[in-house]
This record gives sequence, C-alpha cells and structure tokens, in this order.
Amino acid sequence: MADLVNFTIDGRQLQAPAGTLLINAAKEAGIAIPSFCYYDGLSLQAACRMCLVEIEKTPKLQVACTMPVAEGMVVHTDSEQVRGARKGMLEFLLTNHPLDCPVCDKGGECELQDMVFRYGAAESRYLEAKLHVDEKQWSPVVFYDAPRCILCYRCVRICAEGLGVGALGIGNRGAAAEIVPNRGDHLECDECGACIDICPVGALTSGTYRYKTRPWEMEHIGTICTHCSNGCKTTMGVRNGSIIRCNNRDRSGVNGEFLCIKGRYAFDFNSNPERLTAPLVRNNGELKPVSWAIALATVAKKFSETKARNGRFGVIGSNHTTNEENYFLQKFARQVLKTSNIDHHRTGDMASLLDALHGKTGALATTADLYTTKAAIVIHADLAQEQPLLAFQLRANWRHHKAHIYAITPGPVREDNYGTGVRAEVGSEFDELEKLRERLAGEGELVILFGAAIKSDRIRQLVTFGDSLGISVKYVCLLDYSNSRGASDMGLLPDLMPGYSNVRDAGLEPGLNLDQMVTAADLDVLWVVGANPLARNTFASDRAFVVVQDLFLTETTRRADVVLPAASAYEKNGTVTNVCGDVQKLSRGPKTMGAKPDLEIFGLLAKELQAGLGPARPEAVFEEIRRSVRGYNLPFGVVETGGGAATAPLNGRVEFQAQPELIRSAGNTLFTSGTLGRYSTMLNSVLEAPGTLYHDPGLEPIIEKGSGQIEVLKHQK
Amino acid sequence: MTFSPALEERFAKLLTSYPPRRLRSAIVPMLLYAQDEIGCVSPELIEEVARRCEVTPLQVDEVIGYYSMLHRKPLGKYHVQVCTNIACQALGAEELYDHASRTLRLGNREVTEDGLISLEEVECMGACSWAPAIQINYDFHHFVTPERFDRLMESLRDGSYGKKAS
Amino acid sequence: MRYNDPSPLEVRVISQRFDIPNSVSIDTYLANDGYVAIKKVLGLTPEAIIEELKTSALRGRGGAGFPTGMKWSFVPRNTGKPTYIICNSDESEPGTCKDRLLMENDPHQLIEGMLIAGWTIKSNKGYIFIRGEYRYLIDIVDRAIAEAYERGYLGKNILGSGWDFDVYTHTGAGAYECGEESALLESLEGKRGVPRLKPPFPAVVGAFQSPTILNNCETFSAVPVIFRNGGAWYSSLGTPKNGGTRLVCISGHVNKPGVYELPMGFPIMRIIDEVCGGVRNGKKLKAVIPGGSSAPVLRAEECDIPYDFDSLAKAKSMAGSGGIVVLDEDTDIVAVALRTIKFYAHESCGWCIPCREGTTWLKKLLTRFHEGGGVPSDIDLIGELSANMLGRTFCALGDAAAMPTGGFITKFRGEFEEYLRKSRATTPVAELASV
Ligand SMILES: Cc1cc2nc3c(=O)[nH]c(=O)nc-3n(C[C@H](O)[C@H](O)[C@H](O)COP(=O)(O)O)c2cc1C
Ligand code: SF4
Ligand code: FES
Repeated sequence: MADLVNFTIDGRQLQAPAGTLLINAAKEAGIAIPSFCYYDGLSLQAACRMCLVEIEKTPKLQVACTMPVAEGMVVHTDSEQVRGARKGMLEFLLTNHPLDCPVCDKGGECELQDMVFRYGAAESRYLEAKLHVDEKQWSPVVFYDAPRCILCYRCVRICAEGLGVGALGIGNRGAAAEIVPNRGDHLECDECGACIDICPVGALTSGTYRYKTRPWEMEHIGTICTHCSNGCKTTMGVRNGSIIRCNNRDRSGVNGEFLCIKGRYAFDFNSNPERLTAPLVRNNGELKPVSWAIALATVAKKFSETKARNGRFGVIGSNHTTNEENYFLQKFARQVLKTSNIDHHRTGDMASLLDALHGKTGALATTADLYTTKAAIVIHADLAQEQPLLAFQLRANWRHHKAHIYAITPGPVREDNYGTGVRAEVGSEFDELEKLRERLAGEGELVILFGAAIKSDRIRQLVTFGDSLGISVKYVCLLDYSNSRGASDMGLLPDLMPGYSNVRDAGLEPGLNLDQMVTAADLDVLWVVGANPLARNTFASDRAFVVVQDLFLTETTRRADVVLPAASAYEKNGTVTNVCGDVQKLSRGPKTMGAKPDLEIFGLLAKELQAGLGPARPEAVFEEIRRSVRGYNLPFGVVETGGGAATAPLNGRVEFQAQPELIRSAGNTLFTSGTLGRYSTMLNSVLEAPGTLYHDPGLEPIIEKGSGQIEVLKHQK
Repeated sequence: MTFSPALEERFAKLLTSYPPRRLRSAIVPMLLYAQDEIGCVSPELIEEVARRCEVTPLQVDEVIGYYSMLHRKPLGKYHVQVCTNIACQALGAEELYDHASRTLRLGNREVTEDGLISLEEVECMGACSWAPAIQINYDFHHFVTPERFDRLMESLRDGSYGKKAS
Repeated sequence: MRYNDPSPLEVRVISQRFDIPNSVSIDTYLANDGYVAIKKVLGLTPEAIIEELKTSALRGRGGAGFPTGMKWSFVPRNTGKPTYIICNSDESEPGTCKDRLLMENDPHQLIEGMLIAGWTIKSNKGYIFIRGEYRYLIDIVDRAIAEAYERGYLGKNILGSGWDFDVYTHTGAGAYECGEESALLESLEGKRGVPRLKPPFPAVVGAFQSPTILNNCETFSAVPVIFRNGGAWYSSLGTPKNGGTRLVCISGHVNKPGVYELPMGFPIMRIIDEVCGGVRNGKKLKAVIPGGSSAPVLRAEECDIPYDFDSLAKAKSMAGSGGIVVLDEDTDIVAVALRTIKFYAHESCGWCIPCREGTTWLKKLLTRFHEGGGVPSDIDLIGELSANMLGRTFCALGDAAAMPTGGFITKFRGEFEEYLRKSRATTPVAELASV
C-alpha cells in the first residue's frame, strides 16, 4: 500500500494513497468533480477543463483530473470561482453545439445536458452563427455528427487503448477539429461501437438505434449476450416487446464496459421476419403450421410409441440454451427417454482439461483473472476475432498492470502488438513453449489459454508443461458458443453426467456421440434442440422421426417432422456459463409471439408424457443444479443480482472416452456467429471480411530472442 | 510511388536522422518535401509515407489535417501568400490582400484556371520588420506595395520571375 | 543578409558577423572568433558551465524569459536514457523575425551554442526545429552543418574530446502552436502539434521521452558569446536580472523598422525615437504591442519604460519574443484586436475547450462588431470571455489569446464604444458574423 497523504477537500479532512488523482480522491469521498475527458482507465487528457478546482496557495485554478493529491493540500471544488469556471466552460461548449436535444439520440442520457442542468450556462450569450458540418456515416453501425462533438477524445482512446484498433483519429485543427475514421470516409475496425457508448454526447450514434426512440420510452433489461462464449452482459432496451438497442449501460457483469459488435448490434436476428412463430408438422411431405397443442401431442405420441417398442432415440442439445434447459434436457433423455444418446457440438475439450487438472484447486482462470494475472499465453487462438472480451481483458491487464502477454499462433494476432508473438504451426507449439520456458517460469504466475487445436493428450501434455514451470498456472479451454461450457458442465455428453461423473456411476451405459447419431441408419427419433448439425452433414437415417426446436428454418429444421419454435436467449430467464466458468443470469426482454423458451417446451412435453421431471421453471431447475451438480453450488445472490459467479469445478478424475475428432471449433470471427449470425442483417452488412485482422504496422512486435526480457513498444498518443 | 533521386536521398537521410524506432518523426518533413515535388498530399502519398514511416495511414492523415502548409489539393505553380497579421496589417497588408484578390480574381486558397497562381491570406511569416511581406512559394518579398505586387504577378505570367532581381 | 540598415545605437554581440561578406561560411566564422567557446567549454564541468550561464543572467529569448542556466540545471544526469538538444526556430509569434536572421547570417554560431549545451548534458543529438515557411533556411543551416562535420566540429570525437554530437534540421509545416515547447516535441515525433501535459517538463521528459534542453534559436546563439567573453561580461551588457543584448524586432508605424541588437533594458521610447527614427509621417504614437502579439498592448503614455522582461511584467505586459509593433494615432484598435484574435483562432490546436471555443467565439464576435453589428453588451462580453479563458487553458496559447484581447478592451475601451455609436445594429444580427 502506498503511503497515505492528508488533504482537505471542501473542508473535509481526507486521506488517500500518494499519487491518487484529485478527481478520484474526491469521488471516493462522495464529492463529484465534473469532467468530460477524464475517463477511468484511459490516458489523461486534461482537455475539457471542466474539472478545474481551487487549490489554496496556487494562483490559478488547477485541473483535478491530472493533479495528484499532496500532503496538506487544501482544495475547494465549489467556490464561486470554480463555479464560474465550470459555467464558462459549458458556455464555450454550447457555442458550437447544436441544441437539437429534442431529437438527439442522447437526449436524456447526455452528460452535457446533465452538466448544463447542474452547473448552469443554459442562458446563452452567444449571438453568432454556429459552425455546421453535415453528419457522416462511417459504417453500417457508426454515425458521426461533428457539431455535437465536444472533443473529449474518449472514442479515440477507447479504440486505440482499449481495443488496440486505433481506427479513430483527430482531423483538422482548432474549432474545425473533428474525429476522423481510419479509411478516409469510412471505418475499418472491429465495429464494436465502444466509441458510441463512451461518447458523452450524441456525436457518435448507432446505426441500429438512431432516431428510433427516447431512452425513457424503453425498459432496460440486463441479460447475457447469446453470441459467443465470453458471456458479456448487455442491457437490452426493449420497447413494445422488441429490442431497440443493446449496450452495457450499467457497466456491470464480467465485461464492464466491453461489448463487441455482436453483443451490441447482432440482437437483430431476434426480430428477423424469418423467425418461426408457429409449430410446424409435416403433412404429406410438407411442413404445415399447427397449434402448439397439436404439435406437442404429435411429439408426445411419437415419443411414447417409440419408448413403448424400445426404439432408439438420439438427442442433440445446444450450445446456446441455458444451463437449466441443458440440465433438464439430459434428465429428460436419460430418465424419460431412457437413452444415453445425447451430445452437443463440442468446441473445446473441457473434460480432458478437468481430468488433467485433477487434484488441483483454483486451476481454471476466471474472466477477472485475465485482468489481474501477471502473465498470460495464448496458444492457437486469435482472441480478438474469436474471444473478444478475453482479448480486451488481456490488453487492459497489459495497459494497467504491465502484464506480459505471449501468443503462439500460426498467423499474426493482435496480441503481437503489445506482447511477444511467436509464429508456430499446429503441432509445433510445444517446441515454442520449451523455448519460452525460462521466461514463463520467471513470470511467477501464468494463465494459459488454448484453442480447439489443443485437445485430449495434448491438453495433458500442456498441463504437464504448466506443472513443470513451478509457478501458479491457470487454464482457459477456449470454447465458442454462448453456453458451450454449460452444455458440457450439464452433461450433454454421451458418457458424462452433469458435473462430469461417468454415466456408469449412475448405472447407465455410454451412448452415441453427435457424429454417430447423425450417421446412424437406425435411429427412430432424433430430437434436436437449438443446433444445426445438418449444416455440414446429411442425416443418414431416413426413417427417423425428427423433432427440432429452433428459431429459424435451418438445414436441420427443414428435415424435421415436427418443428417447435423456440424463444431466443433474449427471451428467456435462466443462467449461462461462460468460457471461464462464470455463471450469469439471463433475463427475458422481448417476446416473439408463438415461440416458447426451450425449458417450457420440455416441461410441456414432460407433462404430455406424464414424466414427473419436476417443475420446468428456471428458478426451480437452478436450485436443483446448485444442489446436485458438482461445482455449481454458487452463491445465489451473486447470480441473482446480475453478477458472474465462478463455478468451482470438480477436483477429481474424469472417466470418459476422449474423442478428439469431435472437438471442432465453430470458426466464428468477430463478424460471424454460427447459424444465428446468418439472420443478423446488421452483422452481414459490415464491410469487414470475416477474419480480417487490422495489423498496425506502427506496433510491430519486438521479439527479443533469448534475452529473458520482454520489451513492448507502447502505443503512444 | 517514385520520387526524384534528390528527394529519395532526402528521405533516406531523414529516416536515419531520428533515434531507433522513431521513423514516425520523419512524417512531417517527408510530407512537406514530397508536396513540394508532386504538388499536394495525395492519397497515394499518405499510404507511401505511412508505409515508409511504419505508421497507419490514419496517423499520417491526422498530421495532415493539423498543419496548414499541407494541402490535399494542388495549389498554383506559384503560391502567393500575403501576410495580413498585425505588423503587416499596420502597413496596409489587408488592402494589399484585397488588391491581390481583386486583380487575380481569386478568393482565399483559390487557384487560377490555368493553375499558375494561387492566393492565400496567411499568418505572420517572420518578416514583420520589413512589412508588408508576401511569399511566393518559399521566396520572401519585403516592403511590397500594390504596384510591386502587380509587377511580381506580371513576372510570374511572363516567365521572368526569379530570373532577374525582383 | 540584413533587410534593414544597422543603427549606431546597437550593441552588436550576436549579430556581430551579420555584415561580414559570406558570414554563413565556416571560414568566416572561424576567422571571427568562431568555435572558440566550444574549445574552452570542453575543459569545463557541467556545473561550471551552468554556473557561468547563471552569471551571464541570460534569459530565454523564446518568450517566457526563463533563466537559461537554471533550465539547463534541471536536466537530470545519468538516467541511462539518451538526452537531446532542441533548438526552437519555429519563430511564429506575430511581430517576430529575428531567428530568421540568426540562421540566415550566422548558422555556425547557433550550432556552436547547441554544441555547448550538448557537451553540458553529454547529449549526442540535436535538432533544429525550423518553421516550414523558412524553407530556404533549412538549406543554409544544412550546409553549415555539413561544413561543421567536415571540420570536425560535429560528428564523432569532436575536437578529440571522445564525445560525439550530431545535429539535424527538422521542418515544421505551418502551425504557430508548434513553437510551444511540448507541442514542438510532439511535432518532432511526427504527430499533431498538440501540447503535452506538464509536469513533467522537457528538461526531464522531453524529446523522445528523454531529458532535453530546449531553447530558442537566439538563446543558443548567445551562448558562444558568453563563453568566449565570460558570463559577467555578458551580464554587464544588460541589467542585473536581464543579462546581455537581444535582437529587437520593430515593426509598424516607425520610420526605420528593422531588427536591431540592443542591450537589455534599453528604453522603449528611445527604440522608437532614436533607433527607428520616430513614428512615421510625423504622426503621434498611439500604442505599442511590446512583445509579440501575445503581449497586452501599452498605451503611448505607458511606454516610457526600459525594454526587459521584468519592467514589462511590471507594466502588466511582457517582453515576450522581442517583437515590438508600433501603432500610430490613426490605427483602428478594433481592427487590430480582430486581426489578433483571428490569428489565435486559426492557430488554436483545438485540444482544449476554452481556447478552441473561446478564440472562435471572440473572432466571430469581433468580426460582427468590426463590421458594424456591435451591441452594447459586446464590450463587457469580450472582457468576460477573455477572463474565462485566461489561466484555464491547457497550454499558454489560450493565455496568449486572452491577454491581448482583454488588454485591448481595458486600454482602449473608448474606441470600442466609438464603434458602437456608429453601429447600425439595434439588435444583434447573427447573420453578420462570417464563419
Ligand atoms: C503558443 C506558444 C508559441 C510559442 N512559440 C515559440 C516560438 O515560435 N519560438 C520560441 O522560441 N518559443 C516559442 N514559445 C516558447 C516556448 O514554449 C519555449 O518557452 C521556448 O522555446 C524556450 O526557449 P527559451 O527558454 O530559450 O526562451 C512559444 C510558447 C507558446 C505558449
Ligand atoms: S490552449 Fe488548448 S486548444 Fe489552445 S493551443 Fe493550447 S491546448 Fe491547444
Ligand atoms: S476532466 Fe480534467 S480537463 Fe477534462
């Protein structure tokens, strides 16, 4: 702990560690010093001059955002002089700022409005003409209105410092200065929209939201993004039952202020006109809409008949459905349908990792760990493309704590720009790891993140390597979809029960895996929930009765005999587990008429079959999971209040048959999201080719061979 | 892009003038010298300078917007800059600029149709004690009266500029 | 070349070679006491050098008049980082045209001054930042640098000292703000000329994030003279706290405008009357802008003071960059105020709100006022807006804009009121203001 210094703000005696910025010390004490350009975690600008305060024995007013507290300092934040200065700044700002608040997207959420309300300057002495520049569209999602811009440079900094993209700059000079995009008249970037979110005024607006509504007309519902495994919290703005925007309004959840393009904009699949809104049953070879009652009865009838004659079931679960749904589905399969033929599209070998880690505690890194660990190494994954939040976390850790980041990948990745990049083809990563051994061992603490190329025995080899470093090592097995981890944890596997105990321990025999089910010629019923296995395969059995729960008519849905329209993750309550094992809560926002949450569908089917599986309500199933699934005895309050609770994974052998051939990465990029992504108009409208990487030649990695020292070239302002 | 051998030599020198990994320092000089040769800062030049200085084109673009001598469109073969700042103003520079604007039929930063002459009202150019002053490209002309100005313009047009003492 | 005749009242110390034919060549320089000082200095410790500079009472000629010896003493030693010597030849302050003459006529003197600074902090690299408009000077200075290399005054193992020093020219491209030291350093690093947060000051974290001595071109040019003749000698040319001479640039309504080297403390009225032959056309003096356009204007009756940093500070103005603009009785002060603020609005880098918006507002207001659209509240508003900027901007450009603007109003309020009487506006006409 740094030395404490004593100082006085507005007559209150305070203490703070030496070096604390006055603006933060005041905030800590509940004294608000206004600011536009100061932004926690980003570099200092001292440009807006809103934070001017009076410091005794100093002739001029001083900016609190760059002034560290000092022993004996006496500060006044509310003197007449200070109030006058603030009002003066606001008056200056408003000279060229159009007062189009009534139609501005930001109206009601605007920091400038709030400041003028609080500190005055509403009456104008400005009689001159305002500068006008036309609004520009920089990408399908980013619009810029220069006159509204107050030049706080938050957008420039979040893009360069936060994301490592640096797509925004400053053009012109003086009053004509404005923010400019990196490609002349348009942006080539991650399209994450962080710039829009961070903008204190309505200068940057979102292509999907602009001029749609007023913020107070929406209901704001926090939930978890359904696109990738990182599980970012996002706040849905819902009006009249549909999502108008997503942003992480309250900066809570595992992601703080981060969201990628998918989290922020790709919610539009939800209202795609192709959404299924009525159950379909095949009649004379054609899928025809029917009532839910008929559809459910048809399925129930088929299920009981098949059961009665000991027919063969196959169940394919989802990487998108909630923990409760996954848990309920496997219970349905095993207890009611009496089958072990259950699986999901595995995007990483979680089971092998857990097995390799048996006997260790705390060896799985949480999302938060990535921000605090002293060092991290990424093996065979392009985090910025595939795991955007994890990439952001590592970068923030490097920025704020000087963490050392390594990447062993076949091609260039963004981590090269600030860490140590090593090029290696799949298969030779262990040679490269050996070369880095000494440096890694010297780090004292390490998180290893590895992609789908590292599976089964190679995971064991990796853990052996980790053990041999003699330091604390944690792991992240990179997975792809929003609840891949939950699917695995909840036992959507032919030989593993929820919590990774072997089915044999429950007196069952292992069943068919996903590929076997798809290629089996003798299945009687195939039940596919929220998955699209036929996107890459054709189904072998033509006699099987296929039941599909989905949002859209996908390749798999088209082959169905009964289609049950499912609600999306945004339309459900429940929990999901992210790639790092953080369990977070989904909350229902919009509603698509005719579709039902998968859990409700399971419950209705169970009722039809008089299965006695217990209540199919998310809360009840979550309670059962907490009681019965190893690692999921989570603090209810944390999850309930929208926090991420880390699963405490089991700590013992995992008995299962390694099937490395089933581990397949989804190959998603920042701009794709499996089948779901195909239904997001917005996602398909961005110019960036999937997989494009923005390589900043100014940030060439400096790889010092054998020096044992990592040097990074800092990205300077 | 290809430049004249002299310019290439200058570039080569520039790129070794700064401390290691500080190639970026060469941006402003490179842009200005290249502009002198090719007439303006073209999009290709931006890409080229970005490549040579190992920065993003955006980083070059930001710089261009900042400096008033860098321009994206070609100016006249002879860029006539009239200072109207206070020292020159005191000795009639505003009238001189108006005279220039009227006789050349050019507004600020405009170019004659034949591309020969462009006019700009500029800030103090460091000739205050010998005001009013103008610059034609990089040449200073001191104590400029409207009559002298006309003679200078005439010499630009008839090609005698720079050949005899002006 | 000098563009005006010398005056017998001048004390030619740093301009002593200006009139010698081919003064730019190293041979002329060597034949006239050139590179004598560096030889002496190579035998001195940094402490001794700094002491001598302090004795000389040399103060920065760039504008702020900070004691040069003290500035050099702030550079931390043995940080393990390289150090740099930066010459500020951005010379953009309206009213100032002296660095141009120093580089045009005596570039070796400047190089020698930088050499002495370099040796003092054992720097190996120096840069001369020359404004883009001075393109021809880059060639002159580059030629001088090449000569110095040839003769062993630059490069490796200078004069057998075992010490290496390189000097390069670096061009600006049109931006007054790049004269501000930290903005200059940003510009030198290939960025927009936006000032840096201070502290740290350039002495500690300067060029390329390393300790740096940054001085004005005239300041460096004075250094060789000081070490050739001694700090005490130099100091005695001026007043006790304002050592030596300075190149004063007189412009405006005088008979013989020009750049003259005068001892510090030379009275302003004598400069006008004796050095420059008085106000032109027998007119009466109205006002003097005494230290470049950033200096608040002095009324004629306030001009009876010595020309040095302290006397002008006492008169609530400043000696700044040494540019004196003399204005006669016919001068339209409103027009001068407008032209001044136009300049700052054009040159504001745009980084901070009060400067960016304040200068622009004032420019528009004064444009309207000057065009006859003034309203009574305008006069106080000009003063209040200047006050709202003063001391609150990120860098001193904001102050440089606010100080003179406020000054015009306080010193010449009557002229503004006169304008109002002629104003044709009864209500403010926003359309009048051109953007
Ligand atoms: C807006 C602004 C413009 C300046 N322009 C110049 C300039 O053109 N030349 C100069 O030498 N100093 C200029 N200065 C002063 C420099 O910041 C710096 O103080 C000076 O170069 C230091 O040198 P000195 O100590 O030798 O005076 C300027 C300062 C400000 C705030
Ligand atoms: S005062 Fe502010 S806007 Fe003006 S030049 Fe300095 S930093 Fe830039
Ligand atoms: S918050 Fe301090 S200047 Fe903007």
